[in-house]
Amino acid sequence: MSFGGEITVAYLIAGVLFIRSLSGLGKQETARAGNFSGMLGMALAIVVTAIVWIGHHTDIPPVGIGLLIGAVVIGCGIGATLARRVEMTGMPELVAILHSFVGLAAVFVGIGSYVQGSDHEGAELIVHLVEIWVGVAVGAVTFTGSIVAWGKLRGSISGKPLLLPGRHVLNLGVAIAIVGLAVPFASASGDTGLTWILVMTGLAGLLGIHLVMAIGGADMPVVVSLLNSYSGWAAAAAGFVLVNDALIVTGALVGSSGAILSIVMCRAMNRSILNVVFGGFGTESGTAVASTAQQTGEVRELKVDEVAAKLKAAKSVIIVPGYGMAVARAQQAVHDLTRALKERGVKVRFAIHPVAGRLPGHMNVLLAEAGVPYDLVLEMDDINHDFATTDVVLVIGANDIVNPGALDDPQSPIYGMPVLEVWKSALVVVLKRGMAAGYAGVENPLFFHEHTRMLFGDAKKSMDALVAAVKS
Amino acid sequence: MRIGVPKETLPLERRVAATPESVKKLVELGLELAIERGAGLASGFSDAAYEAAGGKIVDRAAALGADVVVHVRPPTAADIAMMKAGAINVSHVQPERHPELPELFAKQKVTALALERVPRVTRAQKMDVLSSMANLAGYRAIVEAAECYQGFFSKQVTAAGSTPPARVLVIGAGVAGLAAVGAARALGAEVRAFDTRAAAREQVESLGATFLEITIEEKGEGQGGYAKVMSKEFIEAEMALFRAQAAEVNVIITTALVPGTKAPILVPKGVVDAMPPGSVVVDLAAEQGGNCELTKPDVIVQHPLPGGGHASIIGFTDLVSRMASTASRLFAGNLVHLLVEMGAKDGIRVDLENDVIRPALLTHDGEILPPPPKKEPTAPAPISKTTTPVAAIKMAPTSIRPPEPEPEKKKSGHGHGGSPGAPTMAGRIGGLVLATVLLAVGHLAPSDFLEHFTVFVLACFVGWQVIWSVTPALHTPLMSVTNAISGIIIVGGMLEIGPDFGLATWLGFAAVLFAAINVAGGFLVTQRMLRMFRRD
Repeated sequence: MSFGGEITVAYLIAGVLFIRSLSGLGKQETARAGNFSGMLGMALAIVVTAIVWIGHHTDIPPVGIGLLIGAVVIGCGIGATLARRVEMTGMPELVAILHSFVGLAAVFVGIGSYVQGSDHEGAELIVHLVEIWVGVAVGAVTFTGSIVAWGKLRGSISGKPLLLPGRHVLNLGVAIAIVGLAVPFASASGDTGLTWILVMTGLAGLLGIHLVMAIGGADMPVVVSLLNSYSGWAAAAAGFVLVNDALIVTGALVGSSGAILSIVMCRAMNRSILNVVFGGFGTESGTAVASTAQQTGEVRELKVDEVAAKLKAAKSVIIVPGYGMAVARAQQAVHDLTRALKERGVKVRFAIHPVAGRLPGHMNVLLAEAGVPYDLVLEMDDINHDFATTDVVLVIGANDIVNPGALDDPQSPIYGMPVLEVWKSALVVVLKRGMAAGYAGVENPLFFHEHTRMLFGDAKKSMDALVAAVKS
Repeated sequence: MRIGVPKETLPLERRVAATPESVKKLVELGLELAIERGAGLASGFSDAAYEAAGGKIVDRAAALGADVVVHVRPPTAADIAMMKAGAINVSHVQPERHPELPELFAKQKVTALALERVPRVTRAQKMDVLSSMANLAGYRAIVEAAECYQGFFSKQVTAAGSTPPARVLVIGAGVAGLAAVGAARALGAEVRAFDTRAAAREQVESLGATFLEITIEEKGEGQGGYAKVMSKEFIEAEMALFRAQAAEVNVIITTALVPGTKAPILVPKGVVDAMPPGSVVVDLAAEQGGNCELTKPDVIVQHPLPGGGHASIIGFTDLVSRMASTASRLFAGNLVHLLVEMGAKDGIRVDLENDVIRPALLTHDGEILPPPPKKEPTAPAPISKTTTPVAAIKMAPTSIRPPEPEPEKKKSGHGHGGSPGAPTMAGRIGGLVLATVLLAVGHLAPSDFLEHFTVFVLACFVGWQVIWSVTPALHTPLMSVTNAISGIIIVGGMLEIGPDFGLATWLGFAAVLFAAINVAGGFLVTQRMLRMFRRD
C-alpha cells in the first residue's frame, strides 16, 4: 500500500501533533492547547485516510461511503453524549469503557485484515500473521478486561477479587494456549485459519476477564492505567498489520503513557506491578486483617459545631479527600467550606495522594469540577512535611492513604506504602460513615491516634452542616 | 496461663504492676491472674477490688511461681529463686546496676524481659513504661517544687502589691522535662528549657517555653531519644550558661539521664550558690547519683547560700510513687499492651524475631542473650504545635519517640520531569537482553517490518519521555486524551472497508463506529475537564 510522500508527511504531522498534545497536558496552563493539538492531529489523520481510501477504492458504491459516514456520525454522537453526560465521579467508568472500545476495534481490524487476505509471502506472510495474532490477542484482553473493570467501578460486579484455585496456573495455561494456537493458524492456507483466530479471541477474552476479576477494588487505578496501556499496544499492533505509521506511533505513545501511569500508581502503593496484577490484594475488603499491633485506645468523636469551632480557630487547614468524597459527591460542599474558611483568613490547602480515588488524578478532577483552584491542590511529596505545622486536617472519606501503619507496622499489608502523614498535625478530624476498614481491608491506627477525632456520618451531609456552622 | 503479681518490696515503692482495671482486661483475654495479698494497698487498690475484677489473691510464693511474673522493680535473688524454670519475668531489671541478675535468671532458666529496654519506637510506645513514668515524674517534680517554693508560680497583681512569676529552668527536654515544662507553664511560671538535642527546640517552644542554647556546634542526638555524652568544651559552655541562668531562676528541674551510667553533674554547688534565696532544685536523676552535686537521695537538702537564706534541693527517688495510683494504672496499662504483643490470647510466649520484644530480652532458655544489633535512630520526631499546655503534657510521650526508620523511599518518579533514576544492575541486564532480542529480530524479520519497528520503538521512547513530565493532577485528563487518540484505530477500520461488503468490510464499519465513540468522547470529555481547572 503505497500512498505517496504527502500521505507519509501528513501522518508524520499527525504524530507530532499527538506528541505535542501529550506534552501539552504536562501543565495546567498548556493542557487545553494540548487537547486541541490532539483533535487537530486526529482530524488530519482521518481526513488523509479518507482521501487515501477513496483514491484506493474508486469503485466503492455510494452506499459504502454512506455507511462509513453513518458509522462515524453515530460513533461521534454516542461519544459526545457520553462526554457531556458523564459525572466527574463517573470518570473512571467512562475511561474504562472507552478502553474496551479500542480493544474491540482492534479485534475487528485484526480479524478483518485476516479475512481480507494478504499478498505477502514467506517470512513476510508469517510476520504479517503474527502481527494480526498479537493485535487480536491484546485487543481481546483489553476489551473484556475493560468491561470487567467498568463493571467493578460501577459496582455492578463486586469489588472483591475473585480468586479461583490455581489461578496462576490457569492464566499461564491460557497464555500458552494463545501462543501455541498461533502455529496451526500461521500454517493454515487461505483463510481457513479463521477458526483458530476466533478460538484464540475467545481464550484471550476469558483471560482478560479472569485477570481483572482477580484484582481488588482499591487497585483499580493501576488496572485502568494498565488497560490504557494495552489499548495503546493493541492500536500499535493494528498499525503493524495495516502497515500504517500513524497507528504505530499513536499506539506506542498511548502504550507508554499507560505504562508510566501504572508505574506511578504502583510506586505510590510501594508494590510491584506483578504484585498488583497477580496479587489478589485486599482479600477481605471491609473487615480488618489481623495485624500484630492490636488496636487499642478509644475512638473519640466530635460534633459538627465543635469541628467548626476548631476550623474557625485554626490558622492553617489541610483537607485530604479520598474516594469517600467522590462517593458522597461532597466536592461542592468541600469547596464551599474552603471558601468560607478562606474568607475568615484561614489558609486552606488540599493534599492529594497519588492513588486516592479510582483513577489517577481523580481527586484533582473532582475538586476542579467543584471550582477549587488548582494551586491550592498539592500532591503528596509537596505537602507531606507541612502537616507538622498544620492546626487542623480534615480527612474526607480516605483511609488507607492516611494509615500510619504503612510506615511503622511491618505486619501491615500496606507496610512501606508512602502515605500522607496527617497525624503529625495538631488535630485530625476524620469524616467517615462508620468504623469499617478501607479497601485494602487494613485496620487504621489513625482512628485511635491521640490527635484524631471522628465525625461520623455521610460526608456530604457532614460537610454541608460544617459549612453552615462555619458561616454562622 | 497464669500471671503472678507479687507485692513490691523496695522501701518507698508504692506502685504495683497490675490494677483491677488491667486484671479485668487480662482475664478477658483468657489469662489467670494471681495477685499477692496486699500488693495493691499502697496504690489504693484493695484485694477485694482485684477479686472483683477476676483475679485470685494468693501468697507471695504462689505469685512468684506463676508462668509469667510481672512487677515494677528488679526482683531480688530470693525472688528469682522462687520462680519456676521456663517462667517469664517482666519487670525493670537494670542489669547495669544489678549485674548479678542476668546470671541468676539464666541459672533458674527464667526468661527475663527488662522493661527499660523496650525500644522507644512508635510501635512500642504503648508498652514504653519509661515514657509513662517520666511523664509522671516531670509533672510531680513541679508539684514538689511548688510546695517548697514559697511563692506564686504565676504573676499576681493584688491590692497589696504584685509578685513576679516564678522562673523555672528545666534541664533536659525529654519526656520528663517536657512534662515539667508543661506543668510549670500551666501554673503560670515563666519557663526556659535546655537540651543538647536541637530537635527539642520545637517541642519546648510549642509548650510556650523559651529554648536556651549555646553557640558551640555539636549535636546531642544519641540513641533512642536520649542525649549522648558531650565534649568537654560543650560542657564548659553549658556550665557557664547554667551559672548565668541560676542567678535569674527560682526553680531548676534537672532530668539528665544517660542510660545505664551515673547521672552527669550539671548543677554543681557553684551554680546553686548563684540562685536567689528560697530557690528550689528538683533532681529527677537522684536515684542514679543526681544531676546536682548537693543532691541526697530521698531527702530535701537545705543548702545555705553564701548571700544568706537557703536553697532546697529535692532528691526524692519516689516521685512517681507519690502518685502511686495513677502510676500503677499507667504502668499496668503498658504491661497489658506488652502481654498482648507477646500473644496474650494464644498463650504468652517469647518471639525472638519480634523487634520490640527481642531488644528487651536479657535471658532466655537458661542463657544470657547478647544485645541485638542496634539500629541507629536519628533525631526525635518533633511534636506538633499544641494549643494548651495541658494537652501538651498528655502528648509528651509522643514527643520523644525517635522517628520510625524510614521505609525505603524510592524517589517517586511522579514529580516534575523526573524520569526513572540511575539504571540498576537488573535494569542493565534487562537492557542487554532487550538488545539481544532486537538484534535477533533484526536478523530474522523482513526489512519492511523493520522500518515500522524502528518507528514503533522510537515512538515508545518519545512517549516515555513526554509522559513523565505530566503533573499528577492531570493524570485523568491525560488518560481521557490518550483514550481519544487511541481511537486512531478508526483509520484501520476505514482502510478495511472494501467495495465487496464482505466480512472484512462489516468488521471495518464496526471498528470505525467504536473508534469514533472514543475519538469524540475522549476529546470532548478532556476538554470539559480541562475547562474546570482554574487558578485562584
